[in-house]
Amino acid sequence: MFEAIAFYLFAALTIVMFTITVMTSQALYAITAMAAGMIFISAFFFILGADFLGAIQIIVYTGAVMALYAFGMMFFDTTRDVIEKRTNPQIVFALGVLAAVMVVAIFVAPVVSNNIQALYPMQENVGNSQAVGMVLFTKYLVPFEVAAVMLLVAMIGGIILAGKKMDKSLTLMAEEEISTMDDGFEPQAGGH
Amino acid sequence: MDVAFIIETIVKIVVILLIFSALAGLGTYFERKVLAFMQRRLGPMHVGPFGLLQVAADGIKLFTKEDIIPQNVVKPIFKIAPVITAATAFMASAAIPFWPQFTVMGYTVHPIVADINVGILYVLGVMAIGLYGPLLGGMASANKWSLISAARSAAIFISYEVISGLSLLAPLMMVGSLSLVDINNYQAGGIGNWIVWSQPVAFILFWIAAFAETGRTPFHLVANDHEIIDGFGTEYSGMRWGMFFIGEYANMFFISFVIAIIFLGGFGDGTIAGAFQLLLKVAFFFFFFLWTRAAWPDVRPDQLMWLCWKVLMPIAVLNIVVTGIVMMF
Repeated sequence: MFEAIAFYLFAALTIVMFTITVMTSQALYAITAMAAGMIFISAFFFILGADFLGAIQIIVYTGAVMALYAFGMMFFDTTRDVIEKRTNPQIVFALGVLAAVMVVAIFVAPVVSNNIQALYPMQENVGNSQAVGMVLFTKYLVPFEVAAVMLLVAMIGGIILAGKKMDKSLTLMAEEEISTMDDGFEPQAGGH
Repeated sequence: MDVAFIIETIVKIVVILLIFSALAGLGTYFERKVLAFMQRRLGPMHVGPFGLLQVAADGIKLFTKEDIIPQNVVKPIFKIAPVITAATAFMASAAIPFWPQFTVMGYTVHPIVADINVGILYVLGVMAIGLYGPLLGGMASANKWSLISAARSAAIFISYEVISGLSLLAPLMMVGSLSLVDINNYQAGGIGNWIVWSQPVAFILFWIAAFAETGRTPFHLVANDHEIIDGFGTEYSGMRWGMFFIGEYANMFFISFVIAIIFLGGFGDGTIAGAFQLLLKVAFFFFFFLWTRAAWPDVRPDQLMWLCWKVLMPIAVLNIVVTGIVMMF
């Protein structure tokens, strides 16, 4: 009974939160609702007994959304509404509905055709994190390693993109030095 | 799920809430007294014996003050931000074993609300959400100082989380469990078995990260009065402002418990003596937070990021590699 109450409570909360994320024109509402929705999703993992995934969901998404806040802070005045330029709302609506239907189809199709089988059933007498580790380092070893390499590539790419002029620190420079180095921090107009 | 379990859990939650809200209030008194003695002052001394009732006076002031919501703020976010800080601090405490289990009139009490087997991950994850309070409060108030403070709290968050996670990895590799009860039992053999002796580097790193996590001096840059007024707290008044502080002080106590349990043996073998030793260790770590505030200046945000990413993170990674090699051979 408690599982059912908790499930419906968090299901409703998650849907409401992500609806706010999509519908609002306030950047701060959108990001905050998204963070809340992501944290509410962890409740489903806890209800299913997957404590490890639940805790990881909280840790990963609080960090990820925190980075999103940093971008929101840099791009918008977050206390004001963002005025969007909508040239063709019909196409946006059609593409949005199409994408939503496709995502639902992708996840529902294997369930409907009964094609999902638990090849690695839960081990008895091991903790949650050990169970995840066993599956991750046996069946899913290759995807796991590929994801690690992909993250490494993304990290190196990020360092190279942001790394220009990293030896100079604006904090440690005098005012005159900053004003004399005119176009150092901006890419050339019309560049690549 | 029987009724006794539910009642027991609710009682535990209420007891933890009451004790630690009271301790958070008293924490401000301890802080003022300790800082005063270190600076050759007397601190609060007029209200009640030794100024002890100053806490009650401050509490009454905060509760009865008008709750001002300035005009240009984003109201719902502005209102909920202090609640996030205070609530997540107490939510994180759900997986902390505060005391060894004991028996009262034939009924065994486990002084932990939820003994989930990923305890330490849960505690750190939920504690980390607490930094959303300063971030949201800063971003929602239409004030430049608050916005700077919000940017700084995002920077702190991104920096320290790596350190606290990586530094904990080495001790967790040795214990082989994420549950705080298991970590405690691993060190039950006495002072020689404490993880601090085998993982001194991880201990220091995690301790430093704890300062960033609770936003205490020398990493108090989210609310440095002399640079950015009061940071995220500039626009707040009354109890909403007070809730930020309840969260901060409760977090200080909880992170002290976590450090003591992971590195310094926790409550040991579970006797009464061990339990009181745990309280002594927690008191020491809490005192150390205050001591540092009296003794050290604050660092700049870029210095904090430099320290976290270029100094502490490589040390933490090296520590993991060395631990792995030692465990393998």
